[in-house]
Amino acid sequence: MNKIGLIIRREYFTRIRNKTFLLSTFLLPVMIVLLIAGTVYLGIKGKTNHRVAVSDENGYFRDYLKSDSSLFFDFSPAIDTLNYAEKNCSAVLIIPVLKEGEKTIYRLKYKKQLGLANIDDLEKRVNAAITDHLIFTKTNISRSHLDSIRAASDIAELKTFSDEGKKSQASSQGLSYAIGWACGFLIYLLTFIYGAMVMRGVMEEKTSRVAEVIVSSVKPFPLMLGKIIGIGAVGLTQFLLWIGLAFVLILVAQAFIPHELLQEVGNMQKANAMGNAQMTQGSEAARQIFEVKQSFQNANWFLIIGCFIYYFIGGYLFYASLFAAVGSVVNEDPQEAQSLLLPISMPIVFSFIIMSIAVQDPGGPLAIWASLIPFSSPIVMMARIPYGVPTTVPYWQLLLSMACLAAGFLFTVWLAGKIYRTGILLYGKKPNWKTMWKWAFKA
Amino acid sequence: MLEVAHLKKYFTTQKAVDDISFNVEKGSIFGLLGPNGAGKTTLIRMITGIFYPDEGSILLNGKKFNADADSARIGYMPEERGLYKKMKIGEQAIYLARLKGLSASEALSQVKDWFIRFEMQSWWNKKIEDLSKGMGQKLQFVTTVLHKPELIILDEPFSGLDPVNANLIKDEIFRLAANGSSIIFSTHRMEQVEEICSQIILINKGKKILDGTVANVKQEYKENLFRITATPFPANYPNELFEVLSKKEQSLTIRIKEGHSPNDVLRYFIDRDSNISSFTELLPSLNDIFIKLVEGTSLSRQFQPAKS
Repeated sequence: MNKIGLIIRREYFTRIRNKTFLLSTFLLPVMIVLLIAGTVYLGIKGKTNHRVAVSDENGYFRDYLKSDSSLFFDFSPAIDTLNYAEKNCSAVLIIPVLKEGEKTIYRLKYKKQLGLANIDDLEKRVNAAITDHLIFTKTNISRSHLDSIRAASDIAELKTFSDEGKKSQASSQGLSYAIGWACGFLIYLLTFIYGAMVMRGVMEEKTSRVAEVIVSSVKPFPLMLGKIIGIGAVGLTQFLLWIGLAFVLILVAQAFIPHELLQEVGNMQKANAMGNAQMTQGSEAARQIFEVKQSFQNANWFLIIGCFIYYFIGGYLFYASLFAAVGSVVNEDPQEAQSLLLPISMPIVFSFIIMSIAVQDPGGPLAIWASLIPFSSPIVMMARIPYGVPTTVPYWQLLLSMACLAAGFLFTVWLAGKIYRTGILLYGKKPNWKTMWKWAFKA
Repeated sequence: MLEVAHLKKYFTTQKAVDDISFNVEKGSIFGLLGPNGAGKTTLIRMITGIFYPDEGSILLNGKKFNADADSARIGYMPEERGLYKKMKIGEQAIYLARLKGLSASEALSQVKDWFIRFEMQSWWNKKIEDLSKGMGQKLQFVTTVLHKPELIILDEPFSGLDPVNANLIKDEIFRLAANGSSIIFSTHRMEQVEEICSQIILINKGKKILDGTVANVKQEYKENLFRITATPFPANYPNELFEVLSKKEQSLTIRIKEGHSPNDVLRYFIDRDSNISSFTELLPSLNDIFIKLVEGTSLSRQFQPAKS
């Protein structure tokens, strides 16, 4: 219909032309990058080095417990369980006599939390030290011999391939994880941002009372649909701008890589294409760039971006219509919106939590179920798709999930339309879920 | 032009509109009166296609009213005004005109015409939030009539306007009616109704309680009141003929009793050598009629279950 086109155009252009659109398009990625960089930086920076005093009266560990910069073991007899804190140690490890054939408890006392990762590390080192101790006392092998064997044993490296029948695709779990998490997070963020935008748009029409003027020209349903589609188009525009921006950034980043290095990478790519699996030549830097490039190329970007657009639109329509329904029933008081929003934002937040589990175990039952149910499928499915279609996500799951989502948003749009049409013209009445239910199913 | 027959709309708590019928002639100005909460807005919303009536029919030019097809023929200015606050005024006027089905070029030329007529050219790139209430009102009126609707519905069009702008709008209303548009005019301000409307209906509690031309209604509700100016007054007045309501220096306000005519009264005065300088009938104002009809019904409408 012609009128819905007019509404879409108005919603789209008033927002695109707004300065906040440009600002958010460029600032949001910058903020996300800064946020990630900040956490990574703090994570590295925040990794404090610990000195751990060892009270090892039997000298069991003296020569075996390995220290390095992050964890230093101090065997000096001057330090004991009482004064370790003054002597600049974070903790003290108390080792009793270890008897063979039974479990003996050793203890770690601390004044300053060491952190889970450090405790884990410490436990590994203690176990390794016990193994080493036993090897030397039970066999005749010399220490230098064992060390040289250890050094020589570093000759294998795992590469994973996803099995796609005829050909095998080199895969990168780390990259899949990163892409999956980023996609899920982006859908989560966009659903909230644009859902809230729809709600505010509806509330603006209602509180400024322009709704009644418009509704005398256009039926409420096309008015709601026009708003949802128009704002969705804004979101899509923003997403496409981001892809363009990322593309430009990658080109710019490549310009900073020295020319010779790129040539080396190019040679490797050629060698790889000819089926030469060995990549012995080439510097370490070139090898790393090559691997990143390789795994980026192996990621199925057309599929990922295509699915992302589908799930963004589907998830957006699913939730934006509910946001519109809430916007239509509230009056001037934003507090009312708050309480009505809870049942809508809960599933989104839950989906996000499920997503962060699913991205670690993309084939698990939780991930599969949550990626089929339309409440959570946009966020959760996007976390699984980078792991590979049809290996991790079989075609039937993808198609079923897409079909369920389509059915889901058709239902919520229909439902929201019914609530919206009554709510938009009703003033002064404090809304609740019961009356909304009545409007949706009884009117 | 517009024929409304047996229109009903029941809400769960109220019979908002309960069997109302009326006709609006082409080119006439029709007054829709009623106290607060009488059901005027609900009635108007049904005529503009915002609500569907539960029962009854609406005919526009003899054909059944169809909200989608006929919205272009109707211009509606609601009592609670509203426009997009952040949108530029010129753009907004064009947008609203295009929603009514005007083409882009048609909308532009209409908006320009009206802006020149109302001397609003300088507003084009301003936003609604920059306008005063009266200015917003003028703009709202313009957006209501831009698409040359055959039926214009104005709910309290003069509230918040200064006398100069009120006259401007009033003249436009007369001009639009003279050009063949029918106008439904809803208000509480009876003096405006007397001045503008040719025909009125009064509704209260969802029912129509009065229908007719302003002159007929006044005739119907006259109370046989007359003012007579004469010197000298007769010494006494016959109670069976008329009753004196008030007396000022040389004029009397009287009510003529049932079964007697003004001629009888005049004859009585003449017979007693009283010199009559004037004799006029006192017709009730619409305000009086309104108050008389609505008074006694409780001020705020009580909620009642709508069982038909």
